Amino acid sequence: MTLDIIFPMHAIEILGLEKTYQVGFWRKRRKQALRPLHLTVELGQIFGFLGPNGAGKTTTLKMLMGLVYPTSGSARILGMALDDTRMKAQIGFLPEQPYFYDYLTARELLRYYGQLSGIAAKQLNSRVEMILEQVGLRDAATVQLRKFSKGMLQRVGIAQAILHDPKVVFLDEPMSGLDPMGRFEVRRLIEDLKSQGKTVFFSTHILSDAEALCDGVAVLHLGELRGVAVISELTENVQGKVEIVWQGSSIPEAIPALGGDCRCVGQTVRAVVREEKQDQVLDILRRDHLRLVSVVPVRMSLEDYFVARLGKNDLGEPSKAPPKLNSFSMAGGNRNS
Amino acid sequence: MTSRVLYIAANTFREAVRDRVLYNLIAFALLMSAAAVLVGTISINIERLVVINLGLTTVSLFGMVIAILIGIGLVSKEIEKRTLYTVLSRPVRRWEFIAGKFFGLSGTLVVNTFCMAVGVFLSLLYVSHRFESGDRTVLIALYFIVLQLFIITALALLFSSFSSPLLSALFAFSLFVIGSFAEDLRGFAKMAHGIAGWLASAAAYLVPNFSALNVINQAAHGQHVVFRLIAYNTAYALVYSVAALSGAVLIFERRNLK
Repeated sequence: MTLDIIFPMHAIEILGLEKTYQVGFWRKRRKQALRPLHLTVELGQIFGFLGPNGAGKTTTLKMLMGLVYPTSGSARILGMALDDTRMKAQIGFLPEQPYFYDYLTARELLRYYGQLSGIAAKQLNSRVEMILEQVGLRDAATVQLRKFSKGMLQRVGIAQAILHDPKVVFLDEPMSGLDPMGRFEVRRLIEDLKSQGKTVFFSTHILSDAEALCDGVAVLHLGELRGVAVISELTENVQGKVEIVWQGSSIPEAIPALGGDCRCVGQTVRAVVREEKQDQVLDILRRDHLRLVSVVPVRMSLEDYFVARLGKNDLGEPSKAPPKLNSFSMAGGNRNS
Repeated sequence: MTSRVLYIAANTFREAVRDRVLYNLIAFALLMSAAAVLVGTISINIERLVVINLGLTTVSLFGMVIAILIGIGLVSKEIEKRTLYTVLSRPVRRWEFIAGKFFGLSGTLVVNTFCMAVGVFLSLLYVSHRFESGDRTVLIALYFIVLQLFIITALALLFSSFSSPLLSALFAFSLFVIGSFAEDLRGFAKMAHGIAGWLASAAAYLVPNFSALNVINQAAHGQHVVFRLIAYNTAYALVYSVAALSGAVLIFERRNLK
């Protein structure tokens, strides 16, 4: 056993994973689902894997789970190779739109998965009951899964992913199709996992969830890594603009003339101006006896970052650019790239 | 065998039971009851022959239908419904999954055959009011039917590992039919010459020899079955099933689960 397995440096190391499918009747056409991807995720992080549908998120997750074989490249989870069963005992996985054996009850399903995960028989019952309680399914434990709603199935999915107390949890679109309450509960569960020191790697296209939860994110589009960012650094990134809010419904003519983008909402006016124009705008407001409410620097949102990384031309069109090396490490200094 | 194989087998068995596969036993029980009552009234001295022939043929056919219909979906259904994802993302090797599925369905078929065997013997008791020494051959015939079911289950799994359920069913059923005439095919191969003979020989030895595993006629006539045939058929079924399962594992190990 190597030292890297006992004390892994990273939770996930993706080293040039690439997937190309042979498509068409004669399988002669090549479709590149994922360009060579390099990515490192540190232990204990919540990491968001963002991208629109067809970006390659699920393909990456399937390769990490050993369900799909990479065309080239490799990856290590907790310092171990993807086919290492010791590693698989330490990870949990929730597939997108999960479907489970619907002839089983929630308790039976979790017992089955617990057995497959190698949970000792003595601990299995108590562990299953604890997880059922944690995901709020104790009262439905004896109901067959074919009678479960989508939200309940998602909870079962999360329960089976964390049942064996894994160190790294992979969630593929965990909030997809859930109502606001369901999304809130899943968010809380992910936060709980982080507080327990787990690493959570989840794919999503719901940016508000990623911004609220993640330490870091990677943006993937058309199989290509478009950027990686640390959320705290991203949201501290001041854009060189300030938002000035005052009471009233009148907009002094001088403010738009200074380049201010003004919007009147009810009894308040919001103006976004360049930082160097801030004092001039405040003088105008004082002169006109308008009541100032706030002056706040404009920060970058994850949505701004996401849109910028995808680029307007790429939102619907496949990239014509030559293949690039998808590379980034959350540990390195190449952040917000 | 690892414990994970047993867990998967147990779950496969549970699935079959909950999907009401064993309900076929009701149809079988009704059929055997009706047959026993009818032959008792219309046949003279051939009641046993009719009950054994009808009973064992029905056991074989019911078993084959279940083995094929469930076997062809064992892998493809799990891929289609994506239930496989949460199994293979655990410390479960792909060969363990295939082996577990095989043992699970085989276990279901053994239980099913056992229940039907009880029905056959009850019918026999009803028509002749006693068991005879020749009835031991009925037990051997039932054992050979179970061996046939193991082979067809392994073949259905093999087809299921790379093909659609419809094609898998077609392949498995075709092999069952051709295999039932394997001895005739071997006879033809001996008579044929040249490429035709060579091809016929290859086909005759590749398809499962179900005709050697069919001793229903001997059982019906109370004829003795030599021990050498029992040993040969056991070894044959074992080798054939392991070969088919190995093929299924080899294919499934390389398969991308898109």
